[in-house]
Amino acid sequence: MIAPDHLGRSAPDHLGRSATSGIERIAEAFEAARAEGRRAALMPYMMGGFPDLECSREIALAYADAGADLVELGVPFSDPLADGPVIHAAGNVALRAGARVHDVLELARAIADRVPVVVMCYANPIYARGLERFLDMLAGGGASGLIVPDLPLEEAPAVLEACDRRGLALVPLVAPTTPEARLARIGERARGFLYTVALTGTTGERAGLAEGLDVVIARAKALTEVPVAVGFGIATPEQAAAAARAGADGVIVGSRLVRAAGEASDPAAAVRDLVLALGRALR
Amino acid sequence: MTAVEHRFGPYGGQYVPETLMPALDELERAWIDARDDPGYQAELDALLHDYVGRPSPLYHARRLSEAAGHPIYLKREDLNHTGAHKINNALGQALLAVRMGKRRIIAETGAGQHGVASATACALLGLECIVYMGTEDMRRQKPNVERMELLGARVEPVEAGARTLKEAVSAAIRDWVTNVDDTHYIIGSCVGPAPYPALVRDLQRVIGDEARAQVLERCGRLPQRVIACVGGGSNAIGTFTPFVADAEVELIGVEAAGEGLESGRHGAPLTAAGLPGVLHGAFSALMQDEEGQILEAHSISAGLDYPGSGPEHAWLRDSGRARYVAVTDVQALEAFVRTARLEGIIPALESAHAIAWTLSSATSELDLVCLSGRGDKDLAEAIAHLGSARAR
Ligand SMILES: Cc1ncc(COP(=O)(O)O)c(C=O)c1O
Repeated sequence: MIAPDHLGRSAPDHLGRSATSGIERIAEAFEAARAEGRRAALMPYMMGGFPDLECSREIALAYADAGADLVELGVPFSDPLADGPVIHAAGNVALRAGARVHDVLELARAIADRVPVVVMCYANPIYARGLERFLDMLAGGGASGLIVPDLPLEEAPAVLEACDRRGLALVPLVAPTTPEARLARIGERARGFLYTVALTGTTGERAGLAEGLDVVIARAKALTEVPVAVGFGIATPEQAAAAARAGADGVIVGSRLVRAAGEASDPAAAVRDLVLALGRALR
Repeated sequence: MTAVEHRFGPYGGQYVPETLMPALDELERAWIDARDDPGYQAELDALLHDYVGRPSPLYHARRLSEAAGHPIYLKREDLNHTGAHKINNALGQALLAVRMGKRRIIAETGAGQHGVASATACALLGLECIVYMGTEDMRRQKPNVERMELLGARVEPVEAGARTLKEAVSAAIRDWVTNVDDTHYIIGSCVGPAPYPALVRDLQRVIGDEARAQVLERCGRLPQRVIACVGGGSNAIGTFTPFVADAEVELIGVEAAGEGLESGRHGAPLTAAGLPGVLHGAFSALMQDEEGQILEAHSISAGLDYPGSGPEHAWLRDSGRARYVAVTDVQALEAFVRTARLEGIIPALESAHAIAWTLSSATSELDLVCLSGRGDKDLAEAIAHLGSARAR
């Protein structure tokens, strides 16, 4: 086991090689997007195992082919409190199709050598397996980070410590309702990036961007050293471009892509086109 | 100023989306402020007295006692306005919402009793009220849907999952995440993220405070056993709390065994004692598969049809202070009928679980049972089941 320091820099292993930690890989992905002159890094979300396991593997590959900078891989959960109807329903379909946590984490392997994968998983499947075992499995699949939407600052210390030990980024969320002092404490502990929820609500497509998003983003950027990525309610290329203009270092698109994966006769082709269009909007 | 508990042993916590954390903080501060404010207490006490009809009577159920072979006293929460203990909590929280300046109220309901109680409190205080309810529960507790609508609440049908209480709570939490700025969520049991389990317990302990004084006055002694049904556990925690320090009093929580614990179709996470986990914002005893997916509960009683449990109960269990047992659908139905025939009281199917346990258990010097609600809402469902049992 390679023990990284708290910034996720890996110590050389016994052969003197320096493996790149998940935290480092995420940082590099944001830097590369910036170096290429793009306005923000693009991070499409997918529900692992939706519509079925094999098809979701193709979706992951399509994301990588279409130029995603990072991929957010959702683990289906029976009771996803932060999710709106589209992702909630997709999780249910995945579970009914027999998706298991281990298989979903293994999906990362298909693309992890090309883009960093950040796993989004609710707290209970993590605890049910045991934190250490879950993280070993996650790292084993090649994922670089973890987002736990129902694990606020107060409940996070043990998970953060265990992620740090593996060089995995525990990415925290902040919301428009988060007060400044609290945001600063979350920002300090952020690894990889700070997931800034664009609106007060659950995931799902919205007609427009939340008002005052530039203020929300500026506040977040002032209080953390990691990149600020924005998600929830961003669906169209126009919205993605607007979020980048509002100052986001990264843009996360979820429900729109999950909906396409559910509706299209060729899900992988459909999401590939959408991710290409989103990417163009960020150039 | 004592703090509001966030943890009961290892259980409890605040496993919710970040969006809600400031609201939980605000609620906790409002509760600390209100519970020490004589003005709030006086207003609540007056309503509990004049509007709810408290104190509720302690009734010596002689014919049930005879059938059981030991004395049974019923704490008559069924006689409260709206017909269950749920009003104690709903009124207290609605008054708190007014103090916080939140005039939009959301609630979830299973049996409909908490929905009716919330709708009632909102009508009284002039608040907007939206109640989330699974469509299966809307079917089996139809009279309560009609009552809520008459009281001016909007009942939002929830179609997800098994269309029962778990999904109704999830839907209410999602609404709260979206409308947290102007909305207070009146959760109906001692579940959910802190400060809810402590807040609901504090508002329900009036049951136990009254009962303890009443039984001492009437019988000159404490009960040997205090018994209450457990869905999320609010009537039980409210009844137990004042007796926790009385080491000689046994505390017994009765969960729903549904079609039998071994069938897997039950609502008894505390009794089944599987791996604990996180549901609806708290770490507690729950029903889950080995993957950490929450399982659907099953009970004939909509109010006990829930795969989670209040974190304080999980701790009372682990610490050995309380014991949890489970009673099947069939046993509960039997107790439902016997209580009607022997006492002229139609209990809620939830409460019938507690009565069923005392009827079939070993002898006791004195059992105090929380009769948490009345059974009018259950007539159609119970008669349908009894009919099919008779036909067999
Ligand atoms: C009459 C009655 N008793 C008990 C319950 C179960 O809730 P708790 O365990 O919170 O008391 C309900 C819930 O709907 C109820 O209506």
